[in-house]
Amino acid sequence: MTDQEEKLPIIRLSHVHHVYGNHPALTDLTFEIFKNELVFICGPSGAGKTTLLRLLYRGARASRGEIVVDGIRLEDLPRARLPLLRRKLGVIFQDYKLIPGCSVYGNVALVLEASGHRRSLIPKKVHGVLRLVGMERHADALPPILSGGEQQRVAVARAVVGDPKIILADEPTGNLDEASAQAVMDLLRGAFIRGTTVIIATHDKAFIRRMGGRVLHLQQGRLAASELVAKHHDRTAL
Amino acid sequence: MIARHFKRALEDILANRFLNAVTAVTILLAVVIVSAAVLLYVNAGDLMNAWQQGTRIMAYLRPEASGGSPALRRSIESVDGVQQAVFISRDEALRDLKARMQHQTSLFDNLLENPLPDAFEIQLKPSTEGWEHIEDIAARIRSFAEIEDVEYGRQWVDAVQGVAELFRTVGMAMMGLFFVAAVAIVANTTRLVIYSRQEEVEIMRLVGASESFIKAPFYIEGLLQGLVGAIAGIAILFAVFTALAARVEQSTLGGMIALRFLSLEQLVVITLVSMLAGCLGCYVSLKEFMKI
Repeated sequence: MTDQEEKLPIIRLSHVHHVYGNHPALTDLTFEIFKNELVFICGPSGAGKTTLLRLLYRGARASRGEIVVDGIRLEDLPRARLPLLRRKLGVIFQDYKLIPGCSVYGNVALVLEASGHRRSLIPKKVHGVLRLVGMERHADALPPILSGGEQQRVAVARAVVGDPKIILADEPTGNLDEASAQAVMDLLRGAFIRGTTVIIATHDKAFIRRMGGRVLHLQQGRLAASELVAKHHDRTAL
Repeated sequence: MIARHFKRALEDILANRFLNAVTAVTILLAVVIVSAAVLLYVNAGDLMNAWQQGTRIMAYLRPEASGGSPALRRSIESVDGVQQAVFISRDEALRDLKARMQHQTSLFDNLLENPLPDAFEIQLKPSTEGWEHIEDIAARIRSFAEIEDVEYGRQWVDAVQGVAELFRTVGMAMMGLFFVAAVAIVANTTRLVIYSRQEEVEIMRLVGASESFIKAPFYIEGLLQGLVGAIAGIAILFAVFTALAARVEQSTLGGMIALRFLSLEQLVVITLVSMLAGCLGCYVSLKEFMKI
């Protein structure tokens, strides 16, 4: 990828507002995120981090303003074309959102099956990703019997298995112990290094310092600041 | 992909055994009742045809034309569709009547004279089909000056035809009614399955599954419910038919026809309609619940 290509915005928000009832959740957000960028959405609880991610995967429609994700204008996006947007994204939810009655393998394979991958290629790819997140031996297990850290790793595996252009992660280390958090962090950094745009909503400053990247600070639904944070053992691009 | 949807549908069926059993039994009952109506209609048609093929026209002569001249016999036999005309004298007819009513001979004791007319018993060609044609032949024979009246059991036929029509109408109405009932019950089952899988459906949407990908297992479930209901219903009807057919043929129909079961085409249509009901039930339910 050339520097010029990397500088193309893959996500663009223009004067985006979102309200829940009478309560403004996001106010006049305008920013761009570029290809192969590692971006943190940072802010205290209730700042609008999760709402912002929901708007990006069109879990909700912005009350006002324009959002473009990889060339798709979300406000005009008909329901039938939603899968096209979501196949470009790998989303890691705060509550994992794994199908409880479906095995670890099935949860991860679902992404590939839903996007029409050749059936013969799916097992190899799924087992490869499960190996990457250290969950291969739990492939047949059902999510409810796994620990929070293990479920989070499965969620990460599901987010990366379809080689998405963008990963959206909502508090990916929020409920994890130090070792699990580090493992998840490594996985997300690995995806970033392989060329994926990674957007992480978090209030964990230590996590941001260890990863390094651009930080967008949200305060009461507004973009309060934007800064570049260097990683301890940095990549030169940052 | 199809294999995955089938697996998913079978898992749902096993997870909701009772609901699916109730649905399949409802479809089964609908199939049994509708198929039985079709079966009755088909065999009533065969019975009508058998009667029609054995139809004879009795042409009663005017008193002044008694004797049954050969010329009249030839005229009758020249009518299109008539195979043979046999003269039966009034005395022969009375003897025959007395022979058939051996236990009521006292009825004839007070007869001062033979009340029966001379007649021709007219046998029709086997190729003569349709009551309209028979009616036409009877009308032509009645138009001969020597003939006073003709009789060919039309009233009987009208009565049986009326019953057959009733079967057909009631059958059609029941078909519609049970189709709607089957659709409603499948819709209800699907609705409950969707409720139980709401979280899963939402997650599938979030990871990029299309609506058709999500809905396919539900449709397969509806198709399977329809298929199982149809096969079981037809099997039950066939068992009852096999058990009763021989007895009905001999005792009720006097061996006039051999009762037959539904044809392969009819069975296929019933099965397909049953599967369609399953599919429509799913459609109704999914249309209502998958908007969110």
